[in-house]
Amino acid sequence: MAKNNGTYLIRGASILGAGAEDLLISDGVIAARGAAAAAHNDAHGATVIEAAGLVALPGMVDVHTHLREPGREDAETVETGTRAAALGGFTAVHAMANSNPVADTAGVVEQVHSLGRAAGWVDVRPVGAVTVGLAGEQLAELGAMADSRAQVRMFSDDGLCVHDPVLMRRALEYVKAFDGVVAQHAQEPRLTAGAQMNEGAVSAVLGLTGWPAVAEESIIARDVLLAQHVNSRLHVCHVSTAGSVEIIRWAKERGINVTAEVTPHHLLLTDDLVRSYNPVYKVNPPLRTDADVQALRAGLADGTIDVVGTDHAPHPSEHKECEWAQAAMGMTGLETALSVVQHSMIETGLMTWADFARVTSFAAARIGRLTDQGRPLETGEPANIILVDPAARWTVDPARMATMGRNSPFAGLELPGQVVATFYKGHPTVLDGKLNTPYREPAASAAGAS
Amino acid sequence: MTAVTNAPVPARVVLNQADIDRALTRIAHEILEANKGSKDLVLLGIPRRGYPLAVRLAHKIAAADPTVDATAIVGQLDVTMFRDDLSHQPTRPPYPTQLPRTGIDNKVVVLIDDVLYSGRTIRAALDAIIDLGRPRIVRLAVLIDRGHRELPIRADHVGKNLPTSSVEKVRVRLEETDTAADGSVVNEVVIEGGA
Amino acid sequence: MKHLLSTEDLSLANAIRILDTAEEMAAVGDREVKKLPALRGRTVVNLFFEDSTRTRISFEAAAKRLSADVINFAAKGSSVSKGESLKDTAQTLAAMGADAVVIRHWASGAPHRLAATDWIDAAVINAGDGTHEHPTQALLDAFTMRRHWSKLAGTASIGADLKGMRVAIAGDVLHSRVARSNVWLLRTLGADVTLVAPPTLLPIGVEHWPCKVSYNLDETLARGVDAVMMLRVQGERMNASFFPSTREYSRRWGFDDNRLRALDSLGLKDTIIMHPGPMNRGLEISAAAADSPRSTVLAQVRNGVSVRMAALYLLLSGDTREPAATAGAARTNAAHSNAAHSTKESN
Repeated sequence: MAKNNGTYLIRGASILGAGAEDLLISDGVIAARGAAAAAHNDAHGATVIEAAGLVALPGMVDVHTHLREPGREDAETVETGTRAAALGGFTAVHAMANSNPVADTAGVVEQVHSLGRAAGWVDVRPVGAVTVGLAGEQLAELGAMADSRAQVRMFSDDGLCVHDPVLMRRALEYVKAFDGVVAQHAQEPRLTAGAQMNEGAVSAVLGLTGWPAVAEESIIARDVLLAQHVNSRLHVCHVSTAGSVEIIRWAKERGINVTAEVTPHHLLLTDDLVRSYNPVYKVNPPLRTDADVQALRAGLADGTIDVVGTDHAPHPSEHKECEWAQAAMGMTGLETALSVVQHSMIETGLMTWADFARVTSFAAARIGRLTDQGRPLETGEPANIILVDPAARWTVDPARMATMGRNSPFAGLELPGQVVATFYKGHPTVLDGKLNTPYREPAASAAGAS
Repeated sequence: MTAVTNAPVPARVVLNQADIDRALTRIAHEILEANKGSKDLVLLGIPRRGYPLAVRLAHKIAAADPTVDATAIVGQLDVTMFRDDLSHQPTRPPYPTQLPRTGIDNKVVVLIDDVLYSGRTIRAALDAIIDLGRPRIVRLAVLIDRGHRELPIRADHVGKNLPTSSVEKVRVRLEETDTAADGSVVNEVVIEGGA
Repeated sequence: MKHLLSTEDLSLANAIRILDTAEEMAAVGDREVKKLPALRGRTVVNLFFEDSTRTRISFEAAAKRLSADVINFAAKGSSVSKGESLKDTAQTLAAMGADAVVIRHWASGAPHRLAATDWIDAAVINAGDGTHEHPTQALLDAFTMRRHWSKLAGTASIGADLKGMRVAIAGDVLHSRVARSNVWLLRTLGADVTLVAPPTLLPIGVEHWPCKVSYNLDETLARGVDAVMMLRVQGERMNASFFPSTREYSRRWGFDDNRLRALDSLGLKDTIIMHPGPMNRGLEISAAAADSPRSTVLAQVRNGVSVRMAALYLLLSGDTREPAATAGAARTNAAHSNAAHSTKESN
């Protein structure tokens, strides 16, 4: 029987951190799990992967990635960004809409979607802009993007806040027609004019214009009330303050349909790093205080925050090798996300690997309405699987990354955990910690035969 | 703390307190003799140890010539900013330069230093003086001349000529600027290192 | 000391060293030849991304009195119109053999970037960066205060600190690099500092600063002060609602004639009035106060040259090849590019 994407027998992997079992991958799905795997017919001639000591997890799903293409191919392309994603343990990414042209039409989202399919490293799910040109004035054709081949379900003006309350209300209402979600970049623009870093003890000393927590929290508070009022679905991007966690916790207790995301960097880094004036630490929302970091970790652990989203934001080096005020905001994150979350959540005892699967895969796929991602590692499920060596230690070196961005705030840091293999639709895009080959769609005839 | 009083460096006293005092007395008389009296005399000590020597000399001159007010003829001349080795040495903060109220124009300035070695300090001192005024004569008095000159400079008055090897170190310790390891008063010249 | 970037990380020993050296430099100004050969053959670049004739000529005079060669580089480049990048400018100056860069920049932290990167190896002196610091201004203020304080005590200023001196700094603290540098340096020197400002012009986080904070200038004066430093206030701040009107501002927080008289009636006969300049007469300080015998405005300007000579001398005269402990461990990314333009972009 011809196998489209090879057959792999993973031996002795710890499934989501639990007991060691075998997994048989065949024809893009998990053909068998446990004792049945080796006994399965397809196991003969399968490539055997010894996975003792490795943790098997569902492929990670990023709800927040900047792939920069089209328009800023000097910063990143779909090809380079998705290579980075595969190496980082992802099998799906949501590509944010702030490209040039903006992903505010069916044409642009279909272009990004097809670039992703052609690259073949992960599922690329375009995010559509909420407003035309991210200008915050007029709704983009959300329905057309939803109905396009890209099947957009998540809409965001990320980078900019949909600050007009009427427009936000309409967007929340409108996306109900196709089970969409509005992912809000919560930043009150008037309170953050010229803002450079978290407003607090450090900004006072450094003389950098402050970015108050209330600018984020006030928008989140407004939006959860709006979501409740119109009974729609709200996703809050990159929550960064303790106050935001409290508001979301309150909203969830009231049954409001809100989900929230936190970035790996906000789980680990604080605004003390800005004292160096090194723009590698400049990001939107800004790095906050240690109290915020602790609240975000607690919120992620108790489910108030649903997912980890990288907000991977590559920039060409000249946008970071300059004065702080001149520098672009953003950090790369795809290739460090797993390690940073392991370091800050698992090694601190706040989460298990099963929780990790929830916040990096299951919940993320549900928010983006991805049906074949974020699935349990059970027989018959799509084979989007990663193998992680939790005992590995490595030192972050941006120059050796697959992303074009060199702006990693973790450079020089020793972190735990390494992605040994990534299976995307049953095909190993990463093997032995190195890029393998991209997934290729089965030929039309083979597809017809199955 | 591993340093002990008798360090492995051999140190030998070449002038004790009485020797220093005798040498200064002799230099004071030589200065008066060379100047045919105390008229227009100004003594400028080079920090750090040239200055206390200048003060001691001024008092000896005043003792020999009661018309002299010792404090009125002595000053301090800092040469730090005029050195030619500023960029090869650790940064040194300057010492104050203090001239006698009479100034130095048309005066007979006697530069006072503790040890004359390469001559570079005196070169710097001559430059410093020129920026401050125009003395009629500049002379040089030193407690020790240890040789090894690198510039065409010679002392007019020398307490003791001390032939040394360049690996040796000549240390002048004065009670105004130094204290002995045991905290007692010290006035001596020693040679360290060498054989 | 390899750079002079801020007073926040300036040790007491180094602060006193600069002030003491400045005393010796001040003496040079009284000589027939107002010049020292100490920095002969050294090149000092005044790199100004923001216009400031006062500060530039003060540094220029200081460098020239030390016989350094001075290059003035007025770099165009605001946040709006982008000229050559800081990196390219720095590398250009390095190629020209600059030994010290005196940098004035509208962006907070720009001098730190120059010092922390490998773009240029020269000593960096911060001549005012954004709303961050202006260390030589604070040093000349401290120098002025120390002379006053020592004179009152009848002691020499060499080696002295400012223990016990009560200093009020009044005005737009939020946007003031002068206030920040003064707060840190005066703390180090042992003075007792009170900031006086409308609450809108104090930074969030000021409660962590080593000073007292007051909203009331009259109360602060009544408690007794030895020096009052008035900060420049820009009338335009009114348009951003930092205060209702310039009239209300000067009534509540300006050093007007009534407050000048109050110093006398409070028996504060030795209190000095300071201002970093340029002054807005009639806004934060009245003409009578600015011109009164209490005013040290011109002494501050004069002392500025001495303090800057001291800073240049101490940074440039030593053996720069000796391993210097650099402040703030800089971790730099290895990647460099030659691209010149810089744009703002959200992630």
